[in-house]
Amino acid sequence: MRLRTMIWKELWQQPAPMLTSLAAVTLGVTALVTIQHITVSSEEKIAGDMESLGANVLVLPPQVSLQDYYAADMHREAMPEEYVTRLDLARMAGVENLAPRLCVEAAVDSIPVTLTGILPHNEIQARSAWQGLGMLDGPVGTERGCCRARGADAGVGDAAAAPAAGRTIQKLGRRELILGADAAARLEACAGDRLQLLGEDFRVLAVLPATGTIDDSRVFAHLHTVQELSDAGPVVNVIEIMACCEDAAGSLIRSLSRELPNMRVITIAQVVEAQLAVNGLMSRLSWVFFFVLLLVGAASIAGVMYANVAERRREIGTLMALGATRGFVTRLFLGKAIVLGLTGGLVGSVIGTVAAVIVGPQLLEIAVRPVPELPAVGLAAATGVAVLASVLPARRAAGLDPCLVFSES
Amino acid sequence: MYELHSVTHVYARRGHHVTALDQCSLEIHPGDFVAIVGPSGSGKTTLLSVLGGMLAPSSGRVLFDGRSLYDLNVEQRASLRGEKIGFVFQSFDLISWLSARENVQVPLMLAGRSSEYQCRRAIELLKRVGLADWSGHRPSEMSRGQQQRVALARTLANEPQVILADEPTGNLDTETRQLVMACLKEFHQDGRTIVMVTHDEVAAAFAGRRIRLASGVLQELSLRNAA
Ligand SMILES: Nc1ncnc2c1ncn2[C@@H]1O[C@H](COP(=O)(O)OP(=O)(O)O)[C@@H](O)[C@H]1O
Ligand SMILES: [Mg+2]
Repeated sequence: MRLRTMIWKELWQQPAPMLTSLAAVTLGVTALVTIQHITVSSEEKIAGDMESLGANVLVLPPQVSLQDYYAADMHREAMPEEYVTRLDLARMAGVENLAPRLCVEAAVDSIPVTLTGILPHNEIQARSAWQGLGMLDGPVGTERGCCRARGADAGVGDAAAAPAAGRTIQKLGRRELILGADAAARLEACAGDRLQLLGEDFRVLAVLPATGTIDDSRVFAHLHTVQELSDAGPVVNVIEIMACCEDAAGSLIRSLSRELPNMRVITIAQVVEAQLAVNGLMSRLSWVFFFVLLLVGAASIAGVMYANVAERRREIGTLMALGATRGFVTRLFLGKAIVLGLTGGLVGSVIGTVAAVIVGPQLLEIAVRPVPELPAVGLAAATGVAVLASVLPARRAAGLDPCLVFSES
Repeated sequence: MYELHSVTHVYARRGHHVTALDQCSLEIHPGDFVAIVGPSGSGKTTLLSVLGGMLAPSSGRVLFDGRSLYDLNVEQRASLRGEKIGFVFQSFDLISWLSARENVQVPLMLAGRSSEYQCRRAIELLKRVGLADWSGHRPSEMSRGQQQRVALARTLANEPQVILADEPTGNLDTETRQLVMACLKEFHQDGRTIVMVTHDEVAAAFAGRRIRLASGVLQELSLRNAA
C-alpha cells in the first residue's frame, strides 16, 4: 500500500461531496476552454480571411447590419441585379471581380439546403462585351492596371477551386449545381449525380473541397436560375467586390458610394473589426467567468475539505499514533486535492473541447481546431485552485493532537 | 526502557488549571508488564500520552531508551512511535475505509516498508489472530471482537518494543476481554514491555507491576513477576 492507495480509498469511500465541490471548478474550466477555443479559432479564421479577402468590399442593401462576412448573403433584403452591371461598367480602379449572390431556402428530398445563386465569371465578361464596352479577353479588372488577378486565375476552368477560395466561378450551366463539401456529404451526392431542387432536375457539376467556411454547407446554382425558380425577380442579396490591392480599397469605397449612393458599402476590414471586438469581449468574459468560478470552486472545495478533516479527526489521530508524521497527513489531504483538481480540470477540459468542436461549426460556422494549451491551462488552474483551497484544511489536519485517540469516541 | 523524572503536566484551559500529573517519577524496564490503575480523572491517560511521545509534559524529563523523548521534534517522535511503540485503544480505532489487511499494513507503510512486505506481513499477522479469511473485509463488516483482533495485529506490525494500552478491555464482552488479555500476555511473553491502563481487576492481575495514580500522584503498589 502506498500513500496514493490511501488517498484513492479515502476518496472513494465518500466521493459525492468531493465531486460536488468540484462542480464550480469544472464549470469554470469548461467555460474557459470552450470560449477560448472558439475565439482562438475565430481569430485564426479572421486572420485567414484578412489574408485572402482583406481588400474585398461588400455592397449591401442599406437595412442590413453585418456581423459575419461569410453570412453577408444571409438576409432577406435585396437590391437590383442591374447594380452589378452598373459597377462593372463604371470600371473602377482596383476592382478585380464582381460576385453577386442571392440565397433562398430550398430542399432536396426534404433535406433543407441553402441554395445560393452566383454569377459565373464568364457571364459578367460576356455582358460587358455585349454592352460593347468590355475588354474581351482576361478576367474583369486585370486590364485596369491592377496587381494580380487572384480570384480569376484560381477559378479558370476549374469550378472546384471556386467560391470559397476566389469566390468566382468560371462556367455554370442553367441546370447545374456546385455543392459545398458538407452539403455534398449531407445529400450523399457527388459530381455527375442528378438532384431535384425547386421542382427542377439539376446535374451536379462539382463538389468543392472543404474550406471551413459557410460555403461548405451551400448548394450553388446560376444566379438567374435561382431568381427564376424562387420568383425573386432580377435581384441579389449582396455584391462582393474582389479588390486587388489593399490601398485600392480606400478610394474604391468612395467611388462605390458615389456610384450606388443608397447602398451600404463595407470593407472586410470593417466587418472583421466588429468580429474581433466581439471576440475580444468573449475572450475577456470567459476569463472573468473562469476566475469567478474558480473562486467559488475554491471556497466550496475548502468547505468540503474542512468538513472532511473534522469527520476524519479520530482516524487522523490514529494514523499519527501509528507513526504518521505531520508531513504524511498534509500529503494525504493535498494529494486528495490534486486528484480532485486534476479530475475537475480534466472533465472540464474534455467537455469544453468537445463542446467547442461541436458548437463552433454549428452555431458560429467556425471550424474549431483543438488547442492543447487550453486544456493544459484548465488542468493546471483547477489543480492549483484545489491544492490552494486545501492548504489550510490540510494544515489543520496535520496540527491535530494525536492524544485525541485516547478520548472516548 | 522508560525513565520519568519529576514529570508534571498541567492542562490549562480557559484560565482553568488542572494538574493531571504531579511530580511523577518512574522507571519501566524492558520486559515489564505494568498496570496503571486509579480513579477516573486521575491522570492515567495523560501518563500514557506522555509515554507515547504525544504529549510534552509541562516539566520533568522523559527518557526512552536513554534518549530524552521530548528533545526530539514532532516528526522524529512520530517516526519513533511508528517503529518502537504499539498502541491498543479502547475503541480499536481501525481506519473505516481500509480493509482488515490494509489496516494492518498502515504502520508498515508509515515505516516505509515495501508493498510486498506489507502484504506478506499483514497476512501473517491476521493468521496469527485467527482472521486469515477476513483480510478483505472492512471493519464495519466485522464483530467488535474481530475488530479488536485486527487492531492487535496492527499493533504488532512493526514489532514494537513497548505496547501502550488504554483500557483495552473496557466496553468489551467477557469473551473478547479474555482474548485481548491473552494476546497481551502473549506479547509480553515475546519479551515486549507492556504498559496498560485499566479499571478491570481481572486485567490488572495479568500485570507484574501495579502503579496507582491518584490526582496525578504516582504510587507503586506491588512488584512481582508476571503471572
Ligand atoms: N485535553 C485536556 N484539556 C484539559 N484538561 C484535560 C485534558 N485531558 C485531560 N484533562 C484533565 O486532566 C485530568 C486527567 O485526565 P486523564 O489523564 O484523562 O485521566 P484518566 O485517564 O485517569 O481518566 C482530568 O481532570 C481531565 O479532566
Ligand atoms: Mg483515561
